[in-house]
Amino acid sequence: MSFYAAFGTVLLLLAVTAPAALLFGLGGAVAARSRFLPVSWFGRGYIAIVRGVPDIAFFLFFVIALDQGIEYLRHKVRCPDWTDPVRQGNDFVVCDLAKMPLSSSPQWMHEVYGFWLAVFTFAIVFGAFAGNVLFGAMRSVPRAQLETAEAYGMTPRQTFWRILMPQMWVYALPGLSNLWMVLIKATPLLFLLGVEDIVYWARELGGSKAPRFTDYPHPDWRMWYFLALLVFYLVFTKVSEVVLDRLTRRLSRGQATLAGEAQRKEGVAA
Amino acid sequence: MSCFETLQSYAFRSLGYGERLLPRSDFTLCDQFVLIGSGLIWNVYFGVLAVLGGFVFANALAMGKASRRPALRLPATWFIFLFRGSPLFIQFFFAYFLFLSLKSVSPLFDPLSSAAVGALFVLFLNTSAYSAEIFYGALQSIPKGDMEAANAYGISGWSRFRRIMFPTMMRLAWPSYTNEAIFLFHATTLVFFSGFPAWRQQGDALYYANYFADKTFNPFIPYPILAFYFILLTLTVIWAFGRVNQRLNKHVPQERRQKIKLKMQLIR
Repeated sequence: MSFYAAFGTVLLLLAVTAPAALLFGLGGAVAARSRFLPVSWFGRGYIAIVRGVPDIAFFLFFVIALDQGIEYLRHKVRCPDWTDPVRQGNDFVVCDLAKMPLSSSPQWMHEVYGFWLAVFTFAIVFGAFAGNVLFGAMRSVPRAQLETAEAYGMTPRQTFWRILMPQMWVYALPGLSNLWMVLIKATPLLFLLGVEDIVYWARELGGSKAPRFTDYPHPDWRMWYFLALLVFYLVFTKVSEVVLDRLTRRLSRGQATLAGEAQRKEGVAA
Repeated sequence: MSCFETLQSYAFRSLGYGERLLPRSDFTLCDQFVLIGSGLIWNVYFGVLAVLGGFVFANALAMGKASRRPALRLPATWFIFLFRGSPLFIQFFFAYFLFLSLKSVSPLFDPLSSAAVGALFVLFLNTSAYSAEIFYGALQSIPKGDMEAANAYGISGWSRFRRIMFPTMMRLAWPSYTNEAIFLFHATTLVFFSGFPAWRQQGDALYYANYFADKTFNPFIPYPILAFYFILLTLTVIWAFGRVNQRLNKHVPQERRQKIKLKMQLIR
């Protein structure tokens, strides 16, 4: 049963992470475009650093770093009169009240907390990628469009919201759909972050059961479980491909791009 | 232990030479640098062999996908979809358990369940699929004029492929292929985190980095060291591929040459 529920975990992760990453990306791209230098550096730095380092190193790093960061902050607030150093040699010690989640809280709290930590990590990493795509897309909106907006007397903010934002998406879509595919394929890494996802259950349930201890003795089925996962991902990829294709067609309608032009001609011919 | 002694005992630890026991306590910066660097040998081993083998197979696959005969085209297309459409992580897991069950069929398959052979095999197939897609794309964008010129000169068949199509295809594909190679090197870090066991704690760079992070509860030292090594590795790959790119573009006027643009991708 948990195995099937784990598919839900994966889908939930995708549903939550995609918008979150898009938001991070948008923030990064807007920051990188900013005319105020430190903000621009921050945006560019964020995009450049996260993109340059191997993926799973980041996942392994961020989860511990975030966890410790949160606990450290809580430690500072909750237990101000704690005198021992937090780093004692190889140990990371905070007072009991600062433990996240509290050691007295039930098991499901721990799982939910782990899940959100994973979502946050995914969002940071994929936000950098989305940021790069969106940054490029904002730059490929034709200059003339923005100049026209200025000529009509729009303020920079109006230009951004009314002209740049609506037009940017069609340029960003190829990159973003690529990113979505990558995101789908990144979900098994949840397993590394300690969330009990489908990979975890495939290993657990498929493993050979000691015949004497369970009601359902069976040999090593892990191979078949993983085959099922493989098929699941393939189908998911195929479906996304079809959906994104349709979306691209819909978005290019009436745009000043080659695809939009082709659609216009089709319409005229028909 | 001085740093030099550490170097002596751990430099080839990942291959099984030198000190058996990993450091247990009092980790120095030197320990971490040496051991993680030692693990990097595995990453280089997987990466180099998979790229070399994958290059040949990818060309065959690209030709297959471009073929007009369905008997060649369909298997190639499906192979590429299979490996590009599913996570490498799952591929590793599936392959490992597949190899385990093959083991009971015949001792012939024994070496496949070790990381050194089995994981290399999976990486080889995976990079072949990704590179084949790149080569296929390049094959489709060979200028029509080149082929017409070749036909006009009476060059056809195999010699047309060898002299005209292949060099142009390589030249067009090379920048993306460089990215694919870099990406493959990054993907080698997944090996010991999937099913494949690290025999006698002989793991790759990430395996040791993770070991230190687990033991010290401090991710802020081993992972940046790992990142440092990978940046070095990436620069080396870029340099080597850049040399080939220069050679491929020798005859092209300076301003029309394609520069290799770095485009990182995450997870495959």
